[in-house]
This record gives sequence, structure tokens and C-alpha cells, in this order.
Amino acid sequence: MLVSLKWLQDYVDVDLTAAELAESLTMAGLEVDEIKAIKPAFSGVIVAKILSVRPHPSADKLSLCKVTDGSRTYPIVCGAKNINAGDVVPLAKIGATIPGGYTIKSSVLRGEKSEGMLCSAAELEIGDDASGIMQLPQNIIPGALLAEALDLGDTVLDVGITPNRADCLSMIGIAREVAAITGKKLKMPADNIRESADDINQLTSVKIIDTDLCPRYTARMLKNVKIGPSPVWMKTRLEAAGLRSINNVVDVTNFVMLEMGQPLHSFDFRFLEEGRIVVRKSKQDEEFVSLDGKSRKLAADTLLICDGLKPVAIGGIMGGLNSEVKEDTQIVFLESAYFNPVSIRRSARKLAMPTDAAFRFERGIDPEGVLRALNRAAQLIAELSGGSIYKNYIDEYPQKVFTAKEIPLRLSRINEIIGTAIKGKDVVRILRSIEMDITQAGRGRYLVTPPSFRADITREIDLIEEVVRLYGYDLIPVLLPSASITEMAAVPRLDLEERIRQLLTGTGYTEVINFSFITPASVDYLCLKENDLRRRLVHIKNPLVEDQSVMRTTMVFGLLDTLKKNANNGCFNLKLFEMGRVFLSRDAGELPEEKNILAGLLSRTSCDDLWGAKLAADFYDIKGCLANIFFDLKLNNCRYRSENSEPFLHPGKSCNIYLDDIKIGYAGEVHPDVRDRMDLKINAYIYEINLDILAARIAHGITYKEISKYPAVTRDVAFVIGANVETDYMLEIVLRQKEDLLENVGIFDIYIGKGLPEGTKSLGLRFSYRAPDKTLTDLEVNNVHEKIVRNTIQLTGAKVRGE
Amino acid sequence: MISELQQLEKDALVELATAVTEEQILVVKTKYLGRKGLLTGILRNIAQVPDAEKPLLGKRCNEVKDHLNSKIEIALQLQSSRKKEDVLLKERIDVTLPGRGVYCGRIHPIIQVRREICTIFASFGFSVVEGPEIELDYYNFEALNIPRDHPARDMQDTFYIEENIVLRTHTSPVQVRTMEKMKPPVRILSPGRVYRPDSDISHTPMFHQIEGLLVDKGVSFGDLKGILTAFLKKVFGDKTTLRFRPSFFPFTEPSAEVDIRCVICSGRGCRVCKQSGWLEILGSGMVDPAVFQNVGYDPEVYTGFAFGLGLERIAMLKYGISDIRLFFENDIRFLRQF
Repeated sequence: MLVSLKWLQDYVDVDLTAAELAESLTMAGLEVDEIKAIKPAFSGVIVAKILSVRPHPSADKLSLCKVTDGSRTYPIVCGAKNINAGDVVPLAKIGATIPGGYTIKSSVLRGEKSEGMLCSAAELEIGDDASGIMQLPQNIIPGALLAEALDLGDTVLDVGITPNRADCLSMIGIAREVAAITGKKLKMPADNIRESADDINQLTSVKIIDTDLCPRYTARMLKNVKIGPSPVWMKTRLEAAGLRSINNVVDVTNFVMLEMGQPLHSFDFRFLEEGRIVVRKSKQDEEFVSLDGKSRKLAADTLLICDGLKPVAIGGIMGGLNSEVKEDTQIVFLESAYFNPVSIRRSARKLAMPTDAAFRFERGIDPEGVLRALNRAAQLIAELSGGSIYKNYIDEYPQKVFTAKEIPLRLSRINEIIGTAIKGKDVVRILRSIEMDITQAGRGRYLVTPPSFRADITREIDLIEEVVRLYGYDLIPVLLPSASITEMAAVPRLDLEERIRQLLTGTGYTEVINFSFITPASVDYLCLKENDLRRRLVHIKNPLVEDQSVMRTTMVFGLLDTLKKNANNGCFNLKLFEMGRVFLSRDAGELPEEKNILAGLLSRTSCDDLWGAKLAADFYDIKGCLANIFFDLKLNNCRYRSENSEPFLHPGKSCNIYLDDIKIGYAGEVHPDVRDRMDLKINAYIYEINLDILAARIAHGITYKEISKYPAVTRDVAFVIGANVETDYMLEIVLRQKEDLLENVGIFDIYIGKGLPEGTKSLGLRFSYRAPDKTLTDLEVNNVHEKIVRNTIQLTGAKVRGE
Repeated sequence: MISELQQLEKDALVELATAVTEEQILVVKTKYLGRKGLLTGILRNIAQVPDAEKPLLGKRCNEVKDHLNSKIEIALQLQSSRKKEDVLLKERIDVTLPGRGVYCGRIHPIIQVRREICTIFASFGFSVVEGPEIELDYYNFEALNIPRDHPARDMQDTFYIEENIVLRTHTSPVQVRTMEKMKPPVRILSPGRVYRPDSDISHTPMFHQIEGLLVDKGVSFGDLKGILTAFLKKVFGDKTTLRFRPSFFPFTEPSAEVDIRCVICSGRGCRVCKQSGWLEILGSGMVDPAVFQNVGYDPEVYTGFAFGLGLERIAMLKYGISDIRLFFENDIRFLRQF
């Protein structure tokens, strides 16, 4: 809401500066977003005094003047008749600009030099008088800037109005707040309507069919209206409020809307067929051309204002082209009504017509102010257009909207809520200042009746808020709540996430946050199979762009996209991770499933640049990174299985990851096809781990195991096995034998090539033996070791290399 | 004779000082102290000295000999350690080359801010809770006193999945879900992603909020001021000036916006604070009795306050970031700075 301070002065005396007023309003809940200075539409115009006037020697209609600015004398050729020596007048000096984009230049008129131009009020757009040069008060000293001398500028406050304060969508509403804050009196415009002899009821009638949507409809009519431009005071006020002046009738309806918050509409009575108004709902697909010239198909149940035959306005939203006030309009039918806020809101949204009128109706206007606004508008139109108002008015009010209601208010409750001790007399003073009716109903108890324009106040808490905001938030003490201990179940996953975040950043991974919505094509890019659950996308009905129109079912696409963007910037060596949710749709009406996922990506090199020596990343780098996490979480039963993993992973360099027998994720190299499809120029390794499962299975508690004081004995064996036999298989067979003395078995070498049969590899295992209570002898070690090797050969068909 | 001895000692020390290599030092040694050396020569000629001077000369000769011997020994030791040093110096490396090893990654700035805030509120006894990001209209709006077709819905444009299912527009639904599950006292914090259809230099369609809620007997607006003042001073420093000003949120009443003195211009007015000298930091208020009624709390018995803030806004102010979209572009050159 744009509030002109000059206009505001019509309703309340303001003696604060603009900045002080803005601060006061803000601190009372009406936030001032901006303070704008408005300058007049001219510049370089000064106040001058005419020294002499004599006729132009060679032009009858012109005169030659000498004017002074107090220090210099200017020769001016002027065409106006109303000037005499001694007059104080506006002088546009050479270089001045005046409305219409004119710049004043030195000129010679019929042989006489003119160094400037004397102006009329209309030429400067400060008044309507175009008949002659503007006469200024004699007490203005020549030489002053006209804009300053006449105080022509204005200041406009842009006030943000919260949705609960419909009453502040008007100048009077704002003025009422200012009056309450500053202790001044609100000045309402006078209601002194002058009616002519002819009765409106003989000409027209109003019939409301859908009274739910239109509980009240009032109307007045004017005749002998002369349509023309509005006077300057009207134009400047509308412009300050951000509206364009149209004509003296439409401007009045807008002016009264801004002044009182009541939207109005004026019809040209000529075009109202059968001379009457019928208010009804639209039929499905009923067509209508609104004032903006657009033809619209209406949904059923849109409120229409019709004449005897056809719609003439979309009620509360916009008038129709077929009945608008035109240059030759003489009889005006003026509407002021109360429409159902919900109905207006729905229609305005459906039609995408968020008009000023709809904005006010949907927030709720003052149902008891409808008639006052009607009268105010009729009176102003009569003044501005010379029309005369018909006798009487129509007031169809089939459904009462407002009933005065007493709300009990307890002083004790106020102080309980705000934590201080406001006095009863302050409460009474504050509530009265905003026109609440308040009566004492016992000690510390009141009955409060809010006025009809405050539909937002229905409960005690609403009154408390009014009291506090005008009392001043600053005056409320800064306390600290007394502690009561609350036992809350922690979210174990959040602790897990923190741990993982520490580990991953510690090993060089950087956290990213991708949008939760992605392109529906993501599942195609990733080659997900038709029956893959991740194809059951959750679609957003109203996405901003197609690329953000579905909720992600995997985090991989976002990471690959991040890789691509960074690679485009020349950053190829990436170690990234993200923790967030994926969303899998369920049946209609049900909330989708949300899973918490950890996803990671490693591209190109596993080390940072090492003086030019780059180590290419491979599968074992990300596996190591995951193993590190599992180690930290003491999850010892993680298995990496090279079974058919994800379709977007390299089939030979990927695995599923299991914790015990539950699949918790996967890891692998991005499939070359996917790389091509996504136009990724570089290789990458990725993984996803389900954090919900992990969180549920984190081991708690640590039990210390005694460290042996005795030395370990190691034995190395190289097994020759099939090239496709996996290491885990061999290790499991060794470990399955459960020999107590075998402390550890690890891999020390893998060899494929010369000296080995085709299709085999050599797997070098290092066995470490140790007893907790003594030093093992060679014999003891050999016994166990040979048994293990023998069994392993037997169970796997392996050979010992070199035997 | 004595003066001859003195001169000899002097000469020997001068020669020793210029000897650099082991060989040169040994040459000096042989020249003066060797069997055919100069000092030996003097001793040999001692016979020609009068008897009375003999003991003194003998003593002086021995002193010079010892002195020169020890000097030569030191010179040899020095020379040998210098030689070892030279070998080590040949192994010299360029210490300005980058250090080897894994350089740590960074935690996303939004998460860093979230962590800081959660830690501060944990010290006030607030526990973290979570809720779904795709939410029922009921929890996102209606239970929070925002009925359908109410203009208050304009305050939060919404992504819809179905008529009754939305992407949550704030983290406030978590308060309702939590209160439905437990009896007061309640002290919770709920951080998370939220969604609103808006995209420009200061809006992204996804962003992060933290919502806090405290419900107990006798909680007042003064308590709200206390907790939030303590919180903001921890985040922005002890000297931070705050103001609480009336506002409107459908689920709190009275409601307050909390501003801090602009951290950029200290209140003089700048582009960041739009010349107002103040920065809007969070929204807050006393829980509306209607919300309590929706979750089965008796508003006559319990009162409480709630607050919510945008993490991106805090991060932008803390780090001097002017474009919110940077947080989600994940440019590694951006992320590495935090």
C-alpha cells in the first residue's frame, strides 16, 4: 500500500518526519518497506516578480515583460493577458524542463528576445487553471525554487500490509493507526450528500439471486454527468498511490477505494439492459469480455453482476467492456457491495486476475462501510463531473455479515502471555484508540466489542495482540524461560550423519546440496529398467521448470550433474558427497516414502595434484572410503558383491553392498554409455548408501580385547586359482576354519601373467599366527598353517605356486 | 728464543685458520709439530740457551705444543662435520613444493550454519526432530491455522503434488506432528529443506529453515525475547542490537519479526539492508491457541513460542554472499572457501 504523506494529512495531523512515521508504523506492525520522494514534473522553475509589462511592438497578442529573480532581470515575451507589474509568477528559466518533456530555450519572438517562459498552473501540472499565468502569493521571495516555495513534492511510504489487516488497505485505515500511535484525532471526510428530486427506484432495481456470494449490494445513480479529466489534486493523489488517472468518474471510484478500502464500480446506465441489475453465479464456460478487453471463459460459480439479460461485470474482480463509462456517458450507475471473500479469492485465482478490488474483497472489507463509500463516491462524482445524484439509494442486504460481538478480556491473561504487568487503564486506552468498545466487567475483566472493519478480531488472543503491539514490543522485558527437563528421543541418523560428515571431509570429500527435484528424464539417463521402483516418480503439479518437475528417486543424477557443471569450469578432480532424501511414490493420497541417503562421487584422480604426477582413481578408492566409514561405525559385516548391480554402473566394476544380509547400497564406476548420454567427459565412481538402515544398525558400546604380549609368526603362501575367483571367497574359506591361533590373514600380492597357466592368477596371502599366552614354536605354527593350507586347497581347488 | 716461540705460535695459528681441507690442516700440523717440525727444531736448540732460562723455555714450548695440538684437533673435527653436512646438503629438497597427503574436504556452508545454530539451541535444551519434506496440506497449513482459501496462503506459494499433498513450505508442520505425539513440556528444533516456487537472486525454489518450539506452563513473550536475544548474540556477536516488531503469522499470536542492526553498515543504511539499517532475521511469536487446540493441548494451561529462520539468509550475511543460488550450484571453487 502506497501512502502519500500529503494525502494522509487529510485524515490525521502528522507532525512526525517521514522517517519517524515509518519507524512508528513499522514498530506497530505496519512494516514500511521503502520511503520514496516524489518530485514535481518540472525542474528549473523559479519564482519571479514582474517589473514591467508593455505591448509587443509587432504582435497584438503578445506582451514584453521584464521580470526579476531578485538579482537579475530577464526579458520575457508572454502571451497571457492576466499579468501586471508587481505580480509574483513562476518563471521557467532557460534550461528548465516543464511537463510534456519541453526544455525552455532562449528565443526571439517577432524580433523580441525572450529568456524564459512564464507558466500557468496547468502548464506545470500543479493546478487546473490554464486561463493565464499562475499568480503566486506576494510574500514569496523571488529567486526561490517554485517546487520548494510551494512545497510541491510529496513523500510516499510503501507499507506492507499483513493478510490479517484488511482494514489497513486504505488511507483512512492507515490514518487510524497513525492517530492511535500518535494520540491524534482521526478526521473522516464529511458525508453531506445532496440529492435531486428524481427517485432512483423509479429507474432501476437490484436483485440478488446468490445471496451467499453477495450478502450486500448498494447502488446510487447520477445523471447529467460530464465525463472529463480529473482535477490535478485527484490525479496527483492517484499517481502517488500508483494508479493512472482515467476520467473523473472512474478516478473517483478508485479514489474512494484507496481512501476507504471499499472497491466500487461505475456502469454506464445506457448499456444496462432492462435498466436493472441481477447478481448471480456464472454457468460453466459462460463467456465474458472484461474491461481489459480479454474474453474469458468462466468456471461455474463465478459471481456475475448482470443486467436484465447479460453479465456486465465479474463481481468484485473487474467490470465488463460492454458497460464501461465512456466519454459520452451521462447516467452513471454506481455499485458498492460486499462480496464473499472466499468466492472472490477462488475466482480471482482461477482467472489469474489479482486486481486491486479482488485483493481487498478477498481479505474482507467493512460490511458496514459499504454505504458510506457509496455516498462519498456519489458526492465526489457530482462535484467533479457536474452530475446530480438521484434521490435515495438501493441497499439490498439479504445476509447480515457483521454482528457486534463482545469478547471477554482478562488483564491477567494479557500479562501471562507477554510476561509483564500492563495496567488496566493502558489496556483501555490502547483499545479505545483503535475504536474498540470496551467496558469493565469486574476486577481486571473487560468486555470488548471490535468495530465492523476489524473482522480479524474474534478472540481474546487477538485483543491481546492489539494491546501488545501498540503498547510496544520494546517495553516487554527480556526474560529466560525456567528450565523444565524434556526427555526427547534423539534422531540417531543425525548423529550418524555428523560422524560420516567428519570422516568424509577428513578424507578429502566436499559436501554438496542439490535440489530435491530433478528432470523426469533422469531415470532415462540412468537407464533404469521399466520395473525399477525409482521410475515411480513423485510429480510436482506446478513446477517452475521441467528440469525441476519430479522429486529425485536417486541422488546419483544430481552428483553427475554437479560433476558436469564443475568439469565445464575446468575442475575435474572431484570428491563429493551429499546427504539427503529420495522420494518414492506410493498410492494416490498417501505421502511418498522418504529415504535418507548418503551418496558420493570421485572423479579422475584419487590424489590432489602431486607435482604433476596424477594417480588415476579406481574402484578401490571409493571402496576404501566406504570401508573407512564402516570401520568407524564398527560395522564388520559389510560385504561387497559383484552381482548384477545398477544399470548405470560398469558391469565389471561395480558391486552391491550388504550389511549382514540386508542390501544397504552400491558402488561402482559410471557406465560408459551413461557417461556418453550425459555428455560427461570424464570417468567417475559413485555410491549410494541407505542411512536409515545404517542408523538402525550402528553398534553401540566397545569392549576392550587384551593385546598379546607375545610375538606373531607370519607365513606367506601364493595360491594359484582361477582368474575370476574373488578374494573374499578365498578369505572366507580360510576364516571359516576358525583356527584360534590364526590372528589375521591378508593379501600381499596379486599376479597374473608369465609363468602362470592361462586363465589363472596368483593370490599371495600372508597368515599371521599368535597365541595370547605364550610364544609359539615353529612346530606349533607349522601344524596349524599346513592344516589351513591343505584345507584351502581341498575346498577351492587352488594350487600352491611353485609346488 | 722466547720471542721466536711466540712468533711461531702466531704463524701456526694464522696458517691453521686458512687451512680448509683435512690435508691442509695436517700439513700445518706436520710443519710445526712434526718430528722435523719447527717447534721440534726450537726444542732441539735448547742447548744453546743459558741454563737459567731452560726450565722456562721448556715449559713454554710444551704449552705452545698443547695449545696448537688442541687447535688442530678442533679444526679437524670441524672439518669432518662440515664434510658430513655437505653430503646432506646435496640431498636438499624444495620445501616450497606442496605437502603430500589427502587435503580435507569442506562441509557445505548451509550445513555449517545449521550445525552452529543447532549447537547453540542444544545448549538451551532444545532437541532436534524431523518430519517429512512432502507433507499433507493439513500439517503444512490447516493445523497451523491457515485454512484453505485464506489470504494468508499467499504468504507462501506452494508446490503441489496432489490436492492435499504439498512440498512443505516451511518446517513448521514438524511442530504439529511433534505436539501430536507428546505432552508438554516441549523444546524442539526442526531443521530441514523447504520448498516454494520462487527463483531469483534472493530466492531458490528449495531452501533451508530451522523451526524452534518451546511449550510449557507459564512461557511468555518475554521468554521468547530472552531466548532469541541470547541466540542472536551468539551467532552475530555480543554487541548485536536487536529489535522485535509486530508482524503476522497465522500460527502465532502475538507475532514478531526479529531484526538485527545491519551487520554490513552498522545501521547507517546500505544496499543489503535496503537503507533501513535493519536486517530481518527471523519470524517468531506465541503459539496461537488454535494450534494448541488442533493438537489437543489446553491453551489455558500451556503457552509457548515458536520461531523460524532461513539458513541461507544467515549464511549470506555471515559470509557476505549476495546470490543465494550459489549454495546449490555446487561449484567446487565456491564450496572450498568454507
